[in-house]
Amino acid sequence: MAKAERTKYLIIGNSAGGIGAAEAIRQVDEVGTMTIVSDEPYPAYSRPLISEYLAEKRPLERMLFRPSDFYEKHNIQAILGRKAEQLNSDEHTIKLDDGRKIIWERLLLATGGVPIVPGIEGIGLKGVFTFTKLDDAKAIDEFLNQHQARKVRGVVIGGGLIGVSVTEALRKREIDITIVEMRERLLNTILDEETSALEAETLRRGGVEIITGHTVAKVSSYLDGEASGVTLDDGRSLPCEMVIVAIGVRPRTEFVSDTKIKVNRGIMVDRYMATSSPDVYACGDVAEAYDFVYGENRLTPIWPNAYIGGRVAGFNMAAIPTEYRGGTAMNSLKYFGLDVVSAGMVMPPDASYEVIRAKYGQACKKVILKDGLIMGMVFSGDIEKSGIVYNLMKDRVKVGAFQQALVAEDFGLVSLPEEIWRPHLEIPSAIADTSVISMEQAEEVIAGE
Amino acid sequence: MKRIYIKEQACIACHLCEVHCQRQHSQSKDFIKAFKRESPRPLPRVRVEEKGALSFSVRCQQCEDAPCAQACLTGAITRDPISGAVTVDEEKCVGCWTCLLVCPFAAIRQDAEQGKTVRCDLCQGADMPVCVVNCPNEALIYTEVDI
Repeated sequence: MAKAERTKYLIIGNSAGGIGAAEAIRQVDEVGTMTIVSDEPYPAYSRPLISEYLAEKRPLERMLFRPSDFYEKHNIQAILGRKAEQLNSDEHTIKLDDGRKIIWERLLLATGGVPIVPGIEGIGLKGVFTFTKLDDAKAIDEFLNQHQARKVRGVVIGGGLIGVSVTEALRKREIDITIVEMRERLLNTILDEETSALEAETLRRGGVEIITGHTVAKVSSYLDGEASGVTLDDGRSLPCEMVIVAIGVRPRTEFVSDTKIKVNRGIMVDRYMATSSPDVYACGDVAEAYDFVYGENRLTPIWPNAYIGGRVAGFNMAAIPTEYRGGTAMNSLKYFGLDVVSAGMVMPPDASYEVIRAKYGQACKKVILKDGLIMGMVFSGDIEKSGIVYNLMKDRVKVGAFQQALVAEDFGLVSLPEEIWRPHLEIPSAIADTSVISMEQAEEVIAGE
Repeated sequence: MKRIYIKEQACIACHLCEVHCQRQHSQSKDFIKAFKRESPRPLPRVRVEEKGALSFSVRCQQCEDAPCAQACLTGAITRDPISGAVTVDEEKCVGCWTCLLVCPFAAIRQDAEQGKTVRCDLCQGADMPVCVVNCPNEALIYTEVDI
């Protein structure tokens, strides 16, 4: 048997969470041995950019999340293209799919999510794809290149972020797309009804067919092993050569199922991103971490939360106690040229919530409140000031006294009580030069024309 | 690191900081061309906010924790190891606008024409940024402050 390797910090996963942790660890511990294991063979790349890869063949070099010398520069052993298989949290060991055994002192599980694939007839046919990683985009690209001679029609199952992203990319490749969404509207978990309708209208204008309230019951085949259409739950048939399954992702937790690490929907972590098992941390799409809007642990599978959670995990792994402030669902969309941002709760769950809304031309701003606190927001058309509102939500600022200003057309920092902006923008008075003429003094001096 | 601070009391809402910023970030470095002719149109990276007698200008505050960099989907936003300034790699920015959503000061602008974000770059290492130099009432101060 091969000799076991030892590492101080072992990170499983080489995406936002893993990189966040690695950077935090190296900020405070330059010498502790560190190993990153990923089943993907690539250096860390930006997953959201797989749509750009598919749409316009953006090369991997231009998708890299960190410079190509990242691992070398930070003295990190990267084991890429290898899967971590057996975890023994008591013994602090892990086994890779090539039989290698690694003994670790602190472990981070940043294993992300896996696409949910329904067990329907024909799902294994050629021409059926998922769309969450670079290899998926590569496979779709290759498929399209092989079919250049004939027109390819695609059905996208699921009208969430992944479904709409792949749709936009494929429309850029001039593929006819029909989205089949089970619920009544597109992007229903991250948008309110009004903005959802606006997205649907924008997609339709971009040449996308949308069917809501239905599911795909089976993928059919007239040719040996190749997809040639789908049948919906109402019996309707849609001919197509390609099917993209985009109904969602679930935390990739199978890895810990034989351990004592507590899993709810995702791996449960505390405010230090620590799991129930000593020396084992988790972050990103696999973890159920604190959501500051809901005030409880939830899955918030988005890139920035993975990175930030990873950083917090990294500091704690390196024995610098650091609390996770929490994250919440938060997305910025620009499908077919429509700018939309949303965060937190986008639909008020009951009548105790208040919704304020304003519309100006093509722009619409909506803020959801409860007891003077911002619980959610959806802005479309005009998003440049959305960050101010997002941060008021994140900082749990009581906004009741000025809440109407939040959706005003001319909203800005100046609309807020000065204690919110002044301490950040103004020069601390101790060093301010008091010789400058102020507004008040100027008014005394000016005595008419 | 050095940052641009405001003196709200001294601001006269003249918007000259915006005007000089726009010229500084133009190709021609000419006022008229920067405002009327250049394509793509340069954008000012500073914004004057006004309400009644209150006014001040807002730009990237070089936040220590740089939430924009932490949220960046592509790794385009980093802190320059030498100057310490938060910097955007235009090659890597795809204009996803996630940084806008997390910026507490709304200091990042959309360059819709180019599909990229723009923000204050402190005039790229200049001794004194043009907004500070040209502020007629010294309402802007470029300095290092220990807070």
